[in-house]
Parts: sequence; structure tokens; C-alpha cells
Amino acid sequence: MSYAVRDDSGYAVVELTGDVDLSASPEARSAILGCLAQSRNVLVDLSRVTYIDSSGVASLVEGYQTAKKKKLRFGLIGVSEAALSVLKLARLDKVFPIHATLDERIRADG
Amino acid sequence: MTGQRLLKVKFPADPRILRKVREHVREACERGGCCEQVVSQIVLAVNEACSNIIRHAYKGSRAGEIILEIFNNGRELEFHLRDFAEPVDLTSIGPRDPREIKPGGLGTLFIREIMDECAYGHVQGNAGNFLHMKKRIG
Repeated sequence: MSYAVRDDSGYAVVELTGDVDLSASPEARSAILGCLAQSRNVLVDLSRVTYIDSSGVASLVEGYQTAKKKKLRFGLIGVSEAALSVLKLARLDKVFPIHATLDERIRADG
Repeated sequence: MTGQRLLKVKFPADPRILRKVREHVREACERGGCCEQVVSQIVLAVNEACSNIIRHAYKGSRAGEIILEIFNNGRELEFHLRDFAEPVDLTSIGPRDPREIKPGGLGTLFIREIMDECAYGHVQGNAGNFLHMKKRIG
């Protein structure tokens, strides 16, 4: 897995690429929580995620919970089919705010 | 154990190896005639089982080994996992309530959701732990 973080429209967009599994999820977790620790709103772009397991999903849950505590915005954008099927299995597809694109998320923010 | 063996692989309890293990599982399930959706589910479940062995049986030590076998008996695929770690507390293995939103317990939840049968136990003589899973394909 690789990742990149960019600033866009008031969000730190964490773009994950590849397999987010037990070997890679600590890095994903660190990237997400690192942005939240800087009091940045975070969107995680999953469009290039080819595989995600429970450890990867746990990183997203931790990000979601941390953002909530810190009253920061958090969401997912561009969720790949591979990632969406796992989020559905975890019953989290209705918990995370999910949007197809950053623009859609910004429109939803109002 | 019955049926045709589709895969036998022994590998270190190292998270970096899991990607290769997933590839082996995928190939075996495709040879077993599974559709893409089922293959993806099985890959996830077996990956979760291996991850749990690495994290909980070997407690993150990469020195341990895991053996995975896959059999096809025509009606179902059987997955046999075995480690050589200290016996785990079998009562501590359980999925979280899917209504709870918390990071832990998802791996076991996925296994229970995907597989039709699942049995954990200790290998005789304190020689490790096993996990047997079955997925109907017929």
C-alpha cells in the first residue's frame, strides 16, 4: 500500500492505494490519525484500494471515532467496489459518510 | 479430510506474506469453480483467519509458521489452518456485535458471516491450534 495526503477545500484528503491489510493498515491508521491530530478535517479516498480487511476497516473506524470526539469532519470518498463490499459486511456502509467525489461531499456539507 | 486437495502451503506468520497467501487462495478457489463474488469472500475470510493467528496465537512474532490447506469435496470447500503456537483461550474467540461501532472483533465477524461452518480447537499434545472452515459451493 502507498498513501498520499493533499489539502483540498478544507479537508486533508488521505488517498490510499493498493491493499490495506495487516501489514499496511498501521501506515493507513497513522496517516489518518496524524491528520486528525493536527485538527484537520479528513476524507479518506478509497478509489484506488484493491483490497481491505478488518485491520484496514478498523483504521477507518478509529478515524471516524477520533474525528467525532474532536468535533472534526470525517468521511470516505470514491469507495472502490472491493472496499464497499467489505464495509457492507461490517455494516459500516451506513455509518460512515460516503460520497462518490470530493465535490459531492462539499455540496453535502452545504 | 475428503476430496481433492487444491492447496497446501506453509508460510511464516508475517503480515507481509499475506498478499501472496491471498493470491494462492484466489487461484485455488478459481480452480475449484467458484464465482468471483465467492472467491473474494473466501479470500477475505482466510486472510482474516491468518491475520488472527499472526496477531493472537503468535502475538505478532514472525517466527511462527502457519499451514493452510484447501480441499474440494464437490459440495463444499474445506479450509484447514494450523499453527504451532501456545494453545489460545478458545472462549475469547468471538465476533463483535455488528451493531457496535468499534475497531476490534471484525475479523471473526467476517469469518462467521462468510463461512458456513467454523470450528476452532487445540492440536493434540499442546502442539498448536487449528481452525477448520467450510463454504458450500454446490
